[in-house]
Amino acid sequence: MVRRSWWKAPVAVALTALMLFPVYWMINVSFTRRESIRSGDVVPADFTLDHYAVVLRDQLPYLGTSIVVGLGTVAVTLAVAAPAAFALARLAVPGRRVLNFALIVAQMVPAVVMSLGFYSIYNRIGLLNTIPGLVLADSTIAVPFAVMLLSAFMAGIPREMLQAAQLDGASTWRTFRSVVMPISRNSVITASLFAFLWAWSDFLFASTLNREGGDLRPITMGIYHYIGAQNQEWGPMMATAVVASVPAAVLLVVAQKYVAAGVTAGAVKD
Amino acid sequence: MSTLAAAPAAAWPTEAPGIPVARRRRRTSTWAGIAFAAPLVIYLVLFYAYPLAQNVWMSLHHFDRNTFVNGGAPFVGFDIYREVFAQPRFWPVVRQTATFTIVSITVQYVVGLALATFFHRGGFRLSSTLRALFLVPWLLPVIVSGTTWQWMMNPDNGVLNAFLGVVGVEPVWWLSADSSLMSVIIANIWLGIPFNLVILYSGLQNIPGDLYEAAALDGASAWQQFWRITVPLLRPVTLVTLLLGLVYTLKVVDIIWIMTSGTGTSQTLATWSYGMAFGKGSSSVIRYSEASAVGTILLVVALAFGLIYIAIQRRQEED
Repeated sequence: MVRRSWWKAPVAVALTALMLFPVYWMINVSFTRRESIRSGDVVPADFTLDHYAVVLRDQLPYLGTSIVVGLGTVAVTLAVAAPAAFALARLAVPGRRVLNFALIVAQMVPAVVMSLGFYSIYNRIGLLNTIPGLVLADSTIAVPFAVMLLSAFMAGIPREMLQAAQLDGASTWRTFRSVVMPISRNSVITASLFAFLWAWSDFLFASTLNREGGDLRPITMGIYHYIGAQNQEWGPMMATAVVASVPAAVLLVVAQKYVAAGVTAGAVKD
Repeated sequence: MSTLAAAPAAAWPTEAPGIPVARRRRRTSTWAGIAFAAPLVIYLVLFYAYPLAQNVWMSLHHFDRNTFVNGGAPFVGFDIYREVFAQPRFWPVVRQTATFTIVSITVQYVVGLALATFFHRGGFRLSSTLRALFLVPWLLPVIVSGTTWQWMMNPDNGVLNAFLGVVGVEPVWWLSADSSLMSVIIANIWLGIPFNLVILYSGLQNIPGDLYEAAALDGASAWQQFWRITVPLLRPVTLVTLLLGLVYTLKVVDIIWIMTSGTGTSQTLATWSYGMAFGKGSSSVIRYSEASAVGTILLVVALAFGLIYIAIQRRQEED
């Protein structure tokens, strides 16, 4: 029995508004004419779409790169993580404990250490400032997470389903492809969404491994470029920031339950 | 901070379900297991172990711009570590890193728990929608949040100083050398609240509701219920949340670098390492070896706390 208190909903709305104020402020500035930005109106009184025109003019190549890098990261992540997750959950893998341990430790490695190592290696083999180089580096953010998320789910698939496939003479690969993967659809979607979002949002690898990449740089570098400019253009910068937030917004709207599942994935066990 | 995101997880798959099948067809299954896991093992070696080893290797050799490009950096043992420790800024940076980390995770936790309790005992309409909206700061690219905070903290035209002016407080030079640590902590707390809220909220949901009912029947106030039921029963989740927060916050680069480029008091071990290798205009004074040495120190500290986290997780699972 939970008592309903009349005051709770208004307070919750106020707290949410406070929390989201920076987001609102970004949107507000992105619609305000250049001359009026500094006056700090609470609503875009001096409304304009000019900043978005600038985004369309300047940022399209970066947006394209980000989409390619995001999709590439999803592909690499799933290709590595899905079979391994199945193996860890359902097959006899020698050294399973070591592998599980390595996956947890991998998530704790500071990204700056990884980027220093990658930078030196990429410099030698010519992968600096390339899309494949960035995809491979970005995938390291998602692979350990994806393996753990997927294997936690696959461990819960009813044994009878796998046995039935085997009795029908399916090979392990066939079972994986035709039974395990379709059943695991939701967790595959969750893993893919996060892999895409993290690659899309990545600043550290982009700013180290891809900083001289020209149009092959992702949108995070497009925004960062504005910061370095002598005369900071806050309007186009905030408009680009709004555009760069679109994937996160879409994710929250279409996949809300997957998001919460992703945050808690195993971090709290009961 | 991209991985502050990664709510990682001790989702150790339980042995139980797979084993009987495996036992019956042990030979095939073992080979299949190796084949399915092999890509991951190769991946971890190539894209985790190798860059890490490369990083450590660089910290033991003296690299400059020339030797970085052309090779032939001489082995110098632990000289670079000695140099790093001897730098006058080393201990201030360690102190700033500690302040950044401890203040961030403490406030994130307290605010996250307050919000989680509020929403949990709520039962009002909109509750789930508003909770979803609270995730927004966590989902946004850090470059987006970082630039927005930077603009809000603009000394002349920023909305924070405008607000302070309304309530009669002198404007703050948020991003100046002295205040920059406070400013990046504020932004980082904002980034981390959603993670704490979600984890603690799901922790609260695992506390049986009848405990509260029984306490309420016995006349315990909401305050007493919080301290006598919520706090003790949430202790395992609290430990996990704080330790994970610690590991993630230690290694934060992006929000700090985007807001201040690690200037003034906002320099931490992570941004120091980043700046020495990749800082702006550094092409003439790139110090890869020092950057790697600081990075390795950071790695050791992060892994030490990480191992404590894993040990605690294991123990909790055995209970």
